[in-house]
Formats: sequence, C-alpha cells, structure tokens
Amino acid sequence: MSGSVAEPLLRARELRKSYGSVQALRGASFDIAAGEVVALIGDNGAGKSTLVKCLSGVERPDSGEILIDGRPVVLDSPTAARQLGIETAYQDLAVAPDLDPAANLFLGRELRRPGLLGALGMLDKATMRTQAAEHFARLGVTLQSLDVPIGSLSGGQRQSVAVARSVVWASRVVFLDEPTAALGVVQRERVLDVIRAVRDDGVAVVLISHNMPEVLAVADRIEVLRMGARVARFAAAEVTLEQLVGAMTGALTQEDDR
Amino acid sequence: MNDERRPLRQRLLGASTFWIGLVLVVLCVLFSLLRPDAFPTLFTLQTLLIEASVLLVLAVGMTFVIITAGIDLSVGSVLVFAGVIGAKVMEGLSPGSNASGAGVGIVLLGLLAALVAGSAWGLVNGLLIAKAKLPPLIVTLGSFGAALGAAQLTTDGVDVRTVPKILRDGLGFGQTAQIPHMVALAALVTLLGGWLLHTTRFGRRTFAVGSNAEAARRAGIPVSGHLIRVYTGVGLLAGLAGFMSLAYFGTTTIGGHSTDNLNAIAAVVLGGTSLFGGIGTVFGTVIGVFIPAVLTKGFVIVGVQQFWQPVAISGVLVAAVWFDQVRRRSRER
Repeated sequence: MSGSVAEPLLRARELRKSYGSVQALRGASFDIAAGEVVALIGDNGAGKSTLVKCLSGVERPDSGEILIDGRPVVLDSPTAARQLGIETAYQDLAVAPDLDPAANLFLGRELRRPGLLGALGMLDKATMRTQAAEHFARLGVTLQSLDVPIGSLSGGQRQSVAVARSVVWASRVVFLDEPTAALGVVQRERVLDVIRAVRDDGVAVVLISHNMPEVLAVADRIEVLRMGARVARFAAAEVTLEQLVGAMTGALTQEDDR
Repeated sequence: MNDERRPLRQRLLGASTFWIGLVLVVLCVLFSLLRPDAFPTLFTLQTLLIEASVLLVLAVGMTFVIITAGIDLSVGSVLVFAGVIGAKVMEGLSPGSNASGAGVGIVLLGLLAALVAGSAWGLVNGLLIAKAKLPPLIVTLGSFGAALGAAQLTTDGVDVRTVPKILRDGLGFGQTAQIPHMVALAALVTLLGGWLLHTTRFGRRTFAVGSNAEAARRAGIPVSGHLIRVYTGVGLLAGLAGFMSLAYFGTTTIGGHSTDNLNAIAAVVLGGTSLFGGIGTVFGTVIGVFIPAVLTKGFVIVGVQQFWQPVAISGVLVAAVWFDQVRRRSRER
C-alpha cells in the first residue's frame, strides 16, 4: 500500500537516537518524494519531533542513514540541511521574539547592501522589509504591523511567520511541525492552502500533526510512527480514521519496513 | 496588511530610551536652575565628559554583551591589566625603564600591547562561555579576579608611574577646538559601536543570539563564534579604556577600578538594554552613562553630600529594570 510514485527525494533508513537511557528513535525510516505531502503521525512520544530534528540537522542520529536523491548525506548542522534546500518550522517556533517579522524571515540569511557598505556588513533593511511584505502577502499572512517585535504578536501570527519562513526558503523539503496548532479557522485554512501551493511547486512537504481531519484533507500519504519506528504507511485516499488510530496505538502493525 | 510605519511620536513614547533621556534632561535643567553660575558652564561640561569617557568606552562594549543575554564582570580588571601591560611595554622600550620621554612609536606599541592584552582576556572569556558553556557570570567573575591578580603580579602591586608625556599631553589633557581628545575618542568609539549594533549584520545577529539563541542556531547563525567575537570585542574596548585611563591619570591606578564593571552594567541597564537580552541601544547606554555622571557633578556643585549619588542611582536603576520587566510581561501572550 506504499503510495510512493517516484524515487524518494529524501529517505531516512534505520535512524536511531538516544537521549541518555531514553531511546527516542529505534530504527525509524521515512520516505518522501518531490511534490508530495506526507503526514507524519504518531502518539505523543512516538519520536516525530526527534525524527524531524535529525532530518533538519538540529540533532545527529546515533546511527542510520539519510539519503537525498539516493545519495547519503551528513546533516551535522541546520546550515548543512538548509544548504540542501531543507527548511523546518519547529513546533517550539524558534523565532527571535525581540526582532520584527522581517528580521525573523531573514534570520541567518540577512541581505546586505550592495558595494562597500555591504562589504562592511551593513544590512539592506529596506529591501528585506519590502520582500518580507511581499512574501507575507503572497502566503496570506496578515500582520497589523511589520515594525513590532514578533513577541508582541498573537501566537497564531507568530506561528504564521515561522511557517512562512520555512516555506519561503525551502527549495526541496519543508518540515512543518504542528504548523496549525495555534491557529484559528481562517489562518488554518490559509496554511493548508500554502502547503498545497508549495507542493505544486515541486517541494516535498512533511506535515506533523495530531489533527486527523487536517491530515486526511491535505496529505497525499501518511506515515505512522510508534515507539520510535515506522509502523505503517498509507495513501491518504484509501485510509480510514480507524486504521490511522489503530496504527498509532499499536492495534495495527502493517510493516517492519526494510 | 498595514504597511505604514508607526508614527514617530508613538515609537518615541514606546521607547524606554525616551523616558530615561527625559530624566537626564530634567536633571541637567534642575542643576542649572539651582546653580546657574556653576553648572551650565563649558568647564563643567568638559570635565563631566572627560570623566565619563573611559566608562563610556566600557559601557559600549557591555551593551553588546548584555544584548546577547550575557554579562561581563571583568571589564574593570581587564582595563587595569591592559593598562599595566601597555605601561610596562612602554617602559621596557624606553631607556632606563622611564617612559616619560618616549616617542610616538613607543606610545603606539604601548597602545597595541594594551589592545592585545584586553582582547586576549575577552577571547578567554568568550571561549569559556561559548565553547565550554559556562555561565558568563561565573566566567567573568573568575577573570575579574584573575586579571587584577595578573596585573598585580606583573607590577608587584606597585603602580607604574612613568607614562609618556606626549601621551598625557596628547590624549589625556589634549583638546582641539574646546573638545577634549579623550571625549572625541570615546565619541568615535560610541558612534562606531552604534553603527555596528544597529545597521550591520553583526549587530542584527547580536540581537538574535540574545533574543533566542536556539532559534539563531537553527537559523544557521554561528552562535558560539558570535559570542566569542562579542566578548573579544568588549575585551578590546576594555584594553582601549585602560590605555585612555593611563593617559588621563598618568598611572596604572591598579586599585581604582573595582566597581567599573558595576558602573558599566548600571549604565547599560539604565539606558534601556534588557538584562534578558535581545533589546538595547547604544544611544540609551550613552544616556545611562551620563545620568550618574551628571548626578555626581550636580551634587558636588549644589553641595548635596556626594554619598547620596549611589542612593539616587540605585533607585533609578531598580526602576529601570522594573520598567523592563513590566514591558516584557505585558508583551507575553
């Protein structure tokens, strides 16, 4: 029932990761193709966030293999992942609350002025602000002001900025860890629209969510994690809520993926 | 989307710098009204600025450190150490170990030695904080003691007293068009610091690291390297301040800088920079340096017992931090 249509863009094989005596990942695997939305689901503590951290360079797995376009890669830093076109919107947001939305959008990839002033390190704040406004408008992120620290925005707006940042820069894979958790109904629909738009651009979207209707609405495929390992894969069109819950809770184990 | 920038008035009133600046203006007006003959004079202004210039250089560096949510308790001791090294180098290069008559070349070598000595302490602080992940408070408390001890070991506890005359006359007492050279140098450092903090990528990343270090790291900002550069920078400025102090006092004043660290921190915090990191301005620090300076000067001129100055400063300081707390809490949602 694996719905993979093409050679996976990103593939993780047998990832293991322990924090002290806690085994967060016990041989987890994951596949996603370009232009595909894959939902990664699992109960609390199933290892979803750890898997995302390993695949976005925040943590290094103790063992296992990560392949991009079939070639093994080492993601030893977030920068390494970003250089491969992998972006992440983290569940804990990971924004700088004292900086404004534009500064957060360009965090780590600040634009500098042309010429000598740029060589001296001077920022091109005007261009960053203009581009940020365009990106936010395109992605349907509405903010009352671009000039206030992001910490003074509502949780939903902060989350929208974090999602926008990952989507704007991702060229191959984007991880969205609970991207709609703090959002209202309208904002949630906008994020789902953004996910579809990004997928249509050929980017692989990994959606981590507890919201099953949302998962079924937007995902092409669903991969289920339990106890730090992948236990099932479904095509979203063919799966029922009961099957998903069964796979998450352990009532149904579909695969020992190898 | 509202693309308008907030009106200037609104931004101004929202900035804590505005209110603390108002306090400074009110103080100046008050003392001027109380002693119109003695306070608002060129001489008072010049001495006020000269006496504040060494602290200003320290406080500019401290601003960067505190914006990263760090602290540097070692600046006063590093200042002394750098001054001692600078003075010893100049003596060592002079005939008969008397640097009084030394030329420009020797003075410049002394300056270089002081800057290197200051930066070295800063680098050590930075490495211990960023790489060994030790709390800045403890690391710089350690170097606070160690740098002073090293200075005393170097001099056997006796101040170096032969300072080149051209350094004292040129930098210490020199002035051009009524502007003391000490003040001009401190102003230059302040302008450069403000430029670096508020318009460059280095400054932007300083704020980002202090605001959320993990977010900065995940955004690909080399957080450790940045912290090392910031602490090395404050060490460099402490080295420069040590050399300025040498030029002004004509001695290494080993025992005279034990509270420089707290004065610099107080100035930075008074100026609206948050001890929790991520917020601050160099302009605010300038105001924060001058409020205690004006109070001290004013109390002396008006004839209030000078011991009231620390009491007044402490009150304003606590109020400033309280203000920052309230502002942060009202923002948390």
